[in-house]
Amino acid sequence: MPAIKSTGAYIPFYRLKREEIARAWGVPGRGEKAIANHDEDSLTLAVEAGRDCLKGIDRQSIDGLYFASTTSPYGEKQCAVTVASALDLKKDIFTADFTDSLRAGTNALRAAMDAVKAGSAKNVLVVAAESRIGNPGSDFEQNFGDGAAALLISDTGEVIIDSNYAYNNEIIDQWRTSKQEYTRAWEDRFVVVKGYVDTIKEATTAFLKQLNLTVPDFNKVILSAADVRRHQEGCRTLKLDPKEQVQNPMLDTVGNTGTALALMMLVAAIEEAGANDRLLLINHGDGCDLFTFQVKEKPSFNEERRGINGYLNSKIHLESYEKYLRLRKIIDVEGGRRRPPIVSSAVAINRDRNMIYRLHAYECTSCGRSFFPPQRVCLYCKAKDQYKEIPLSEEKGTLYTFCKDMLAQSLDQPVIISVVNLKRGLRFYGQMTDRDPDKVELDMSLEFTFRKMSEAEGYNNYFWKCRPIR
Amino acid sequence: MKVDAIRDKVAIVGMGHTKFGENWDRSADDMIIDAVYEACADAGIEPKDVEAAWLGSVVSGYAGFTLAIPLKLENKPITRVENFCATGMDALRNACFAVACGMYDLVLVAGVEKLKDSGLSGVPELFFHPVYGQGFSAPGRWALVANRYFQHYGIKPEDGKMALSKIAVKNHHNGTFSPKAHFQREVTLEQVLKSPIIAWPLGLFDCCPTTDGGAAAIICRADMAKSFKDDYVLVKGFGLAMGPCLGKEDIDYDYYHLPETIAAGKQAYEAAGIKNPRKEISMAQVHDCFTIAELTEYEALGFCEPGRAVEEVEAGTFTLEGELPVNTDGGLKAFGHPISATGLRMCSELYMQLRGKAGPRQVKNPTMGLAMAQGGHPGMLLPIVTILGCRD
Repeated sequence: MPAIKSTGAYIPFYRLKREEIARAWGVPGRGEKAIANHDEDSLTLAVEAGRDCLKGIDRQSIDGLYFASTTSPYGEKQCAVTVASALDLKKDIFTADFTDSLRAGTNALRAAMDAVKAGSAKNVLVVAAESRIGNPGSDFEQNFGDGAAALLISDTGEVIIDSNYAYNNEIIDQWRTSKQEYTRAWEDRFVVVKGYVDTIKEATTAFLKQLNLTVPDFNKVILSAADVRRHQEGCRTLKLDPKEQVQNPMLDTVGNTGTALALMMLVAAIEEAGANDRLLLINHGDGCDLFTFQVKEKPSFNEERRGINGYLNSKIHLESYEKYLRLRKIIDVEGGRRRPPIVSSAVAINRDRNMIYRLHAYECTSCGRSFFPPQRVCLYCKAKDQYKEIPLSEEKGTLYTFCKDMLAQSLDQPVIISVVNLKRGLRFYGQMTDRDPDKVELDMSLEFTFRKMSEAEGYNNYFWKCRPIR
Repeated sequence: MKVDAIRDKVAIVGMGHTKFGENWDRSADDMIIDAVYEACADAGIEPKDVEAAWLGSVVSGYAGFTLAIPLKLENKPITRVENFCATGMDALRNACFAVACGMYDLVLVAGVEKLKDSGLSGVPELFFHPVYGQGFSAPGRWALVANRYFQHYGIKPEDGKMALSKIAVKNHHNGTFSPKAHFQREVTLEQVLKSPIIAWPLGLFDCCPTTDGGAAAIICRADMAKSFKDDYVLVKGFGLAMGPCLGKEDIDYDYYHLPETIAAGKQAYEAAGIKNPRKEISMAQVHDCFTIAELTEYEALGFCEPGRAVEEVEAGTFTLEGELPVNTDGGLKAFGHPISATGLRMCSELYMQLRGKAGPRQVKNPTMGLAMAQGGHPGMLLPIVTILGCRD
């Protein structure tokens, strides 16, 4: 039976209190939402969730990677390949992008499950990530949040995928064409009643009838929803026990993370699950994807893994709505008469791909010392071309020296130039992200994170930065 | 290697430089013409008299044409030199080698930089890598040293910032005696301390401005220098050092000393036969692109013991009236930093001082002067040192 072998999550460091949005627009606002930093997109969120999921797991054992998002940074270029590189996975694995639907995440889960069931793969990593921007002043702006989830689907694991069901419903309730920057929707009542409530009711009824089960048979029901009100309406419709059965949709803390939401809720549910718990997942979007899970024994987690619980509590609040507008490039901020943007080269990036995406350093096989970036002639013993590649992305280090650079251009000033001494005995020189500038100090502990450095030459230039350990 | 092979072989018989500043009405060509004609007039020659020329330019002109076109030089050997902020002084160094070997008797050296045409603030960033090491400013890269230096020597951050501010005040003060400086006004300690922070501890007044300028020198064989002028100045030695530029990445690098600068200084002292720089050097022009650079250069060049620079600043050692005046003309702080002109501007100040012609900023009875220009940033420095001395 296909099972969930491991889970991971990622919630960006920045949170925006909805009262800040409310202040700007003179509307009510409740709770807060997670905001991707200026150097994050769905691809980098997915990498972070994937790293979380693979803590303690041999990366050589992964033989498939599915990326799901409605906000892929590219319309034509596979993101799963980039995610697989950043996760330092093997090159001869099956990678695929699932896009354009709020069910892309659960579509990918279904495909991974089928692949494992069919025997074409043993360990498939599913990563779902979302980073949507709502039209300023709209309900979407209030509700949308950013985040990612990852599930490792395998032929063994503590959480069995019991059964699944798919239900299609053609309806124009919510959409975004490739030319539209923001999500659009039809009139609210139509969307809620015909698009959401009726659909989940019909699909769930049909699925449970087929399984010969009823709603009370499940310990937790994971029901995706666009906002708190809709989620409550959905729970009432399915007659869930509000105290025991409802899996927290995190809409007040993270926001509606689109195609990642149902899987993030599933990850949270597994974190909280006990032995023999049964879970029902209902993910909505032009119909429904439904799954049932059985938790064989109380899940165990790698101590390095953070999951939903770890990332939810590690945060800093954006000081203002204006800062959010700036970070997410919703308004174009005058950067001053500074140097033109950084030049990039697809050729140079390709040549250095192991350094850039996999964060591989060289270890000199002659003297044993290592250095980053890779150098053909050893920095220490000067041996030529005697090296092996070593991965650094999961290494940790301390801040040897730094500065808060107010002159360097960034949407999140100051740029913290960081000289990081890694425990492994080499040094990294780069930027620090996801930090409170007032709390940056010498010798603080740091880890790596995969980020978008620039959009030079019209494509995304990704690389690694350091951040305070979350 | 014979580092002292250059000592007393080459003389400087003419120098000139433009007003350093926002030279809106002067192109790179104009500044070359102004600086070279001034240097030629000083040497009593015309541009056509030179047998060869070396030009320094980082972004303002490529190839030797940059010199030949404005000066209308006919069929002369002209070499363009580019070596970051060491460019101008390295052009001089290479020209001196050509004269010392006997190939040429009379050679022109020029350096020019036209930075204010770009409409951008700061010096241009040269292309390195699409993602690695990108996105930092020059003051930011220097602030990395300040942070660790203060920590290592147990200097309270506010005391460190105070010492840096005093360097800025000193250099602004010296600049008031330099009619061709970009800035010619005093600043108060309070102004410097309160200037907007660029990269702590460096505030706006800890940084040199973005400036246009050109400078030139006429050099000849030492044994024929007398035919140009009596009070010529002799080249005593050079030092130039760069490492694999991996200090940033080398976990062994401590970020509170400047190893390349120490090495370049040692080379130059050996070349010039200097054993105790603090005693033997009469005055120095150093690369104060940022005040922390000047502070750490005092130590790197042996003007004081490691870790003592802050105390020496407090004691006034490096003021015009101090034991070892540094940046007597106001340095980069007052003159700005038109990259390739800077090294030659520093040599010009030594040339004036050694000949007793530095006016109100004149140092008492100087015999030996040091100039140091420095490219790159901590972890990948490119320092060049020139030592000039009075004729016997």
